[in-house]
Amino acid sequence: MLKTEELQINIGPQHPSTHGVFRMLVTVDGETLVDLKPVFGYLHRNHEQLGEVNTYLQNMPFTDRLDYFNSMVNNHAYARAVETLAGVEVPERAQYIRVIMDELSRILNHATAMGFMLGDMGAWQTALLWGMREREKILDMFEYVSGARMMCNYCRFGGVVRDIDDWFITELKKLMQGLPHYFDDFEGLLLNSEILLARARNIGVLPKELALAYSVTGPVLRGSGVAYDIRKAEPYAVYDRFKFKVPVGTVGDVYDRFLVRIAEMRESYKILEQAIEQLPDATGGFINPKVKQQSLKAPAGEAYARVESPKGELGFYLVSDGSGSAYRYKVRAPSFINLSSLADMCKGYSIADVVVILGSIDIVMGEVDR
Amino acid sequence: MALLARGELRSILQTEMPNALDTRWDTQATDQPEAHGEGQTILLDFDAVVKAEALVEVAHFIRDKFGYTLLSNITAVDYLKQGLIEVVYQFYNAAEGGPDLRVRVRIGRSPEECIVPSLTPTWPGADLQEREAYDMYGVVFPGHPNLARIYMWDEFKGFPMRKDFPKTGDKYTHVTGE
Repeated sequence: MLKTEELQINIGPQHPSTHGVFRMLVTVDGETLVDLKPVFGYLHRNHEQLGEVNTYLQNMPFTDRLDYFNSMVNNHAYARAVETLAGVEVPERAQYIRVIMDELSRILNHATAMGFMLGDMGAWQTALLWGMREREKILDMFEYVSGARMMCNYCRFGGVVRDIDDWFITELKKLMQGLPHYFDDFEGLLLNSEILLARARNIGVLPKELALAYSVTGPVLRGSGVAYDIRKAEPYAVYDRFKFKVPVGTVGDVYDRFLVRIAEMRESYKILEQAIEQLPDATGGFINPKVKQQSLKAPAGEAYARVESPKGELGFYLVSDGSGSAYRYKVRAPSFINLSSLADMCKGYSIADVVVILGSIDIVMGEVDR
Repeated sequence: MALLARGELRSILQTEMPNALDTRWDTQATDQPEAHGEGQTILLDFDAVVKAEALVEVAHFIRDKFGYTLLSNITAVDYLKQGLIEVVYQFYNAAEGGPDLRVRVRIGRSPEECIVPSLTPTWPGADLQEREAYDMYGVVFPGHPNLARIYMWDEFKGFPMRKDFPKTGDKYTHVTGE
């Protein structure tokens, strides 16, 4: 038998397909991957310590920088944690507005995430640009309501900072008219592509039991066949009022995660339709006027609140000592914990598959490094 | 397989595994700290506080008996005034949903006491989170396959998230008299 030698290679930290400053120390035997160690911390700024120094409100714009694709969802999760801690009630209209923003975020995140993943595979430009086109339309809506495209800083404790108006609803309906075409076109272009099937099917398989042991959440867990979605498992905001399905995969490979994301965008579209339909009028207000935003003090205690972010379970764990800033502020970042399964998913596959598998987890380094 | 309400695990453990519970705080349960005021910290007595050596056993118990298969979150908290570090484990029932089940371990802050057995052999998802707790708080997890620093560089001294870690000035910014 031919004698082979193992070789260590660094993929990253500066590499276009690592989605940020991320390094993978891989050991390869020929083209086959033997071992992989994720190395990160290049973007570390001790976000959690900043959260313990800042007052509760000062920290809101900092949460935008965690997962900078979905700042609306980060704001929602953080606001929910502080509201649980301080016992703040949220008007119904604000809950609906938050749901609309969350679901728009999910569509834009999945559209770009799959675009990037397909770009890594070599389906360069078209898939990514189609995703970016839809994302840009949604970002325009975010800019209209919050003043910023990506760093929205939109939620406040007990509501949102600005109400949405008729113009927003009209434009949102216009935007949504185009979305099903995008879903269909995207699916039709790629679903039966032989190259995609060859690169994605039975690659990076994560079986059901292993996925649970690895604590992965979000589309990665559902791709492995576990129908676990926080919007159903522990409904928050007003998610218990909407009809939607939780799409799951069967094998747990890259292709399943891809399919789950497409199906989730369609489900988000359904939720958006229902949310616009049910949106209460402005009489109830969009923010709880009793809350002192600037000088909010939470009673001593602890709280954990989580939302289904597009990448998985995003949770904030807060401990308060009764003062105006958190005693302990911890972020349960989905892409950080989903990364722990990367080594196991990649072992035994070729080195060219590593970037595809990493793309299918959908990480964002602002959240991993914190 | 059933969902447990908050606080229920504590009474179950009292009958099933009395030796696993850490009873050091039972007498202080009524001793409520001031609700307001800087620096006051609260130690909750509501959830099950277990001894460090019994953690693995308890974690397997709740997984096998109640279906809490998803170990979602591991948080370390530094209670400087009480001289304690608390490690909070949050489990979820992946089949039935519902809120989390919290298991707490309270250990001392000195290097000899700051030790909790690792859950990584059973829950490989705990790997990076335990490394984070080690890097930021200095909690040592025996049984972890690769307990190295994760965010800070390997030569870094100290644990930056501890409450007594100086927030200003370090060896790089200190001005010497030269």
